[in-house]
Amino acid sequence: MALDSRIVITGIGLTAPNGDSLSEFRNSLLNGISGVETIETRYMNTVPAGVCHFDQYKYQNKKQVRRGTRAGSISIYCANEAITDAGLDLDVPGRDRVGVFLGITEHGTVETENEVYNLGQYGNDVKFWTHHHNPRTVANNPAGEVTLNMKISGPHLCIGAACAAGNLGLIYGAQMLRLGEIDVALAGGVSESIHSFGIFASFKSQGALAVNEDPAKASRPFDKDRNGIVVAEGGCVYILERLEDALARDAKIYGEIAGYAYNSDASDFVLPNPTRQAQCIRLALKRAGMAPSDIDIVNTHGTGTKQGDEFECQAINEIFNGSETSYINNTKSYIGHAMGAAGALELAGNIPSFTDSYVHPTINIDNIDPECELKNLVIGTPKKLDHVDTILNNSFGMLGINSVIIVKRYKGSLET
Amino acid sequence: MTKEDISQAVIDIIQEILPDEDMGGLDQEKPLRDQLELDSMDFLDIVMELRKRYSVEVPEKDYMELNTLQSTVQYLQPKMESL
Repeated sequence: MALDSRIVITGIGLTAPNGDSLSEFRNSLLNGISGVETIETRYMNTVPAGVCHFDQYKYQNKKQVRRGTRAGSISIYCANEAITDAGLDLDVPGRDRVGVFLGITEHGTVETENEVYNLGQYGNDVKFWTHHHNPRTVANNPAGEVTLNMKISGPHLCIGAACAAGNLGLIYGAQMLRLGEIDVALAGGVSESIHSFGIFASFKSQGALAVNEDPAKASRPFDKDRNGIVVAEGGCVYILERLEDALARDAKIYGEIAGYAYNSDASDFVLPNPTRQAQCIRLALKRAGMAPSDIDIVNTHGTGTKQGDEFECQAINEIFNGSETSYINNTKSYIGHAMGAAGALELAGNIPSFTDSYVHPTINIDNIDPECELKNLVIGTPKKLDHVDTILNNSFGMLGINSVIIVKRYKGSLET
Repeated sequence: MTKEDISQAVIDIIQEILPDEDMGGLDQEKPLRDQLELDSMDFLDIVMELRKRYSVEVPEKDYMELNTLQSTVQYLQPKMESL
């Protein structure tokens, strides 16, 4: 065990608007299947949104679902699926040696809005305010619900990192493994944001909420006619282990965390900063010991806002324009913006590339915005490569937080 | 409300709070907590639902009155019989 321990992914559990397992999700991404639909939301009539349809009673009874939060249910589903996928018995390392680290864009907005609304039905008399409010809205709720459900007594927390949070869950999990504080990390991100009218309304007031007659066409990063974000819910939990532990139990290894970085724009509440994004990408590459041309797939953050997409394309062009073998795609075009889950889900959607060698395409680009021209942007149909060995995943958020994670194929040698 | 009405009202509230439980075999004279997976948060839910549905207040000093279904109905009867 050391601070430079190699960290590998040995399990993935997820729910996305277009799939409730990695195989379903991947199938949708290779076949152009969107998960965006029209929903009704309080005060706003209808909006396009990415909605998950997993069986929330698979790992919880009705009382547990009623008491907890949607983010908690999504997290519990993903965590249990991930453990099953990893074939891991948590009693072997011991449940006190397992940590749960989930990225969140926000938490508590949904529950607070609902309770304020309910209180209005009782003349705003606070004796009708629920005692469930605090445990539902504490910032550790989603990760804490996982520990309650799975009897995990090691550390847990949620990492508040706006829409960079999914990558941050993975980064934090890897760091805790390297510190030796845990032996297994359940790490990723979660979003319940579609159940909050305020998140939609705030994007609308900002001029950044997508509208389209066809919800499946509403999320269109890099397209000339894009008009904003499609909010989505979802979750993705990875099982992370030190390589030697994974090898000792003969675990299936999806890939290895090769490098990561996160930094701050220090420039604006909402506007991204391509210079800082580029710095973050370069730092992750440096830590991975890689050049831009070593990256086979760049999965963009691209949310479908005018400036956000342009700025990210500036950063990517600056770094990858000289690389002939780096292919670029976007996952939000299928599922919308899954907020705290986005980074983790979008990375997961690309990990099967290590075995099938396809780059899933970006959909809904009918006319590329000239400001978003990217060399090797994969549009419309999957691109088959000779092999995929590396994925670089961008995830950026408000207040100027950038996160980049690089995952490489595990080649089966302790020396590489 | 009659005693039977009050009993049914309490059962309906508990059933909503504990949707996984079978209320059919509930023994009126045994403590609710011995028969149901009823924790302190659920108990507060019962108090809240009585407040919301019937404008009945159960002060904290009286919580012990809600020990069994029978004692609950006896306690609530003077508060709910005129409803």
